Amino acid sequence: MNSPRPPVPLLAWRPLAGILFRQIVLYRRSVPRWMEVFYWPLLDLLVWGFLTLYLKKIPTFMPSAVTALLGALLLWDLLYRAQQGISVMFLEEIWSRNLVHLLIAPITPLHVVGGAILSSIAKVILSSSVAAILAYFLFSFKIFSLGLHLFFFILALLMMGWALGILTTAVILRFGQEAEVLAWGVIFLFQPFSAVFNPVSVLPGPAAAISRAVPASYVFEGMRSVLVSNRLPTGDLVMAFFLDFLYAAVALFVYSRVIARARRKGFHLKLGS
Amino acid sequence: MAGPESPEVLVAEEVRKRYSIDGPWAVDGVSLSLRRGEVVSIVGPNGAGKSTLIQMMLGLLVPDSGSVRIFGTDMATGRRKIAHRVNYASTDLSLPYSLTVRENLMAYGLIYNMRNIGSRIDALLGEMDLSSFRNVRVGRLSTGQVARMGIAKALINDPELLFLDEPTATLDPEVSAQLRSTLQKMVRERGMTLLYTSHNMREVERFSDRVYLMGEGRLVAEGRVPDLMARYATEDLESLFLQIVGRGRSRDE
Repeated sequence: MNSPRPPVPLLAWRPLAGILFRQIVLYRRSVPRWMEVFYWPLLDLLVWGFLTLYLKKIPTFMPSAVTALLGALLLWDLLYRAQQGISVMFLEEIWSRNLVHLLIAPITPLHVVGGAILSSIAKVILSSSVAAILAYFLFSFKIFSLGLHLFFFILALLMMGWALGILTTAVILRFGQEAEVLAWGVIFLFQPFSAVFNPVSVLPGPAAAISRAVPASYVFEGMRSVLVSNRLPTGDLVMAFFLDFLYAAVALFVYSRVIARARRKGFHLKLGS
Repeated sequence: MAGPESPEVLVAEEVRKRYSIDGPWAVDGVSLSLRRGEVVSIVGPNGAGKSTLIQMMLGLLVPDSGSVRIFGTDMATGRRKIAHRVNYASTDLSLPYSLTVRENLMAYGLIYNMRNIGSRIDALLGEMDLSSFRNVRVGRLSTGQVARMGIAKALINDPELLFLDEPTATLDPEVSAQLRSTLQKMVRERGMTLLYTSHNMREVERFSDRVYLMGEGRLVAEGRVPDLMARYATEDLESLFLQIVGRGRSRDE
């Protein structure tokens, strides 16, 4: 036998490519997965798009408010897909009784998260591009009217989505498949406080206070500010990223603690069996 | 076959594990070792602690006390350093159903950071008699074919230490014999070390260099099959197993 092979470097590209490869092949063949990327965003777009067509006919309704609705919808969907991408990928490992194979491989749980983030980026780009093109042709809404700010809005929302996805994954790992409903539902817990379709100022006191701790609220406020006055409140964007890093730190901490506890208690070995 | 001069690949020392503070010990003070090129089996009744022991050896579980060292590395703290030299297959596990056999192996070849994955996959598919199923999705394979694919996955990284949990439980006798022959060839030619569990005592007799018998979380007997049969005055391993397990069960009653 040859001399022992060296350990797999922490930043080796192949393990990440392996995780990504599986996701790409899964999507290539699965109609439900393509529906997840295109069908639901398209339906949302149509429902809200038709609403904006109606609102535009009301003389007292501000045109900027109408476009803000569609912008909010596109960005909200992006946040939702980012969170779901991470959690559902983890669930797929459980459903296919494949989790243990990954846990014994020469990778860390962070590689699995990294692979999920990469595949989530690909999905978000696909889904958002199609939705943005349709929004332009069907409702004359130009998402790029948000200018360079759009990049920062998207990044801030993706980071929040990923953090919530990692947190949800940790909860599913800890409490088993009974908690899997969180993969689809957890983001909606944040929706009322994210100021998606309304400014924070209209929220009652306690709700407004919670909203200030949600990164997405700063993004949606910023989006409206750009659309209405073409001015970006930079402070809000900084706050969004600050909270994003806080969320990510908490999510990674909880995730690594749950993994460590799982190795002591063995509850992860019951998943999917 | 490995000799006493062969280097130790795995050393477990006084390993203990239980799943709750006041629960029974799933593994209770087990010490064992494997030398390079050995085929060692762990046998025991259901609930004897075999799976928990293997999960600790793989680093999936941390022992409450004691240690498992593989290639000199403590699995509780350094699993990733040696994980590329080890692999595992179990009938309890599967692989994503929507991927073909080849795609699953390709994914794991990449995850294990292997080079020349394509030729490695071709060779493994030939050895596991799965060449004609390379482009078939896992969801459409028979139980036996899934088991063989699981073993192909476990061999994708050319492991020096392979754990197999009941590898032939779902295979017909002909395929089981073929699999044993393939594994024996790997052990002989490459010095691979193999630790496996099985309820098929005839297979254990024919295939293993040494056997560990477990009961109630403890090792109750250990040695080469002929030595064990001589020690317990039995004609075969099955009688020996029944004698020891029966003794444990009558003690429970």
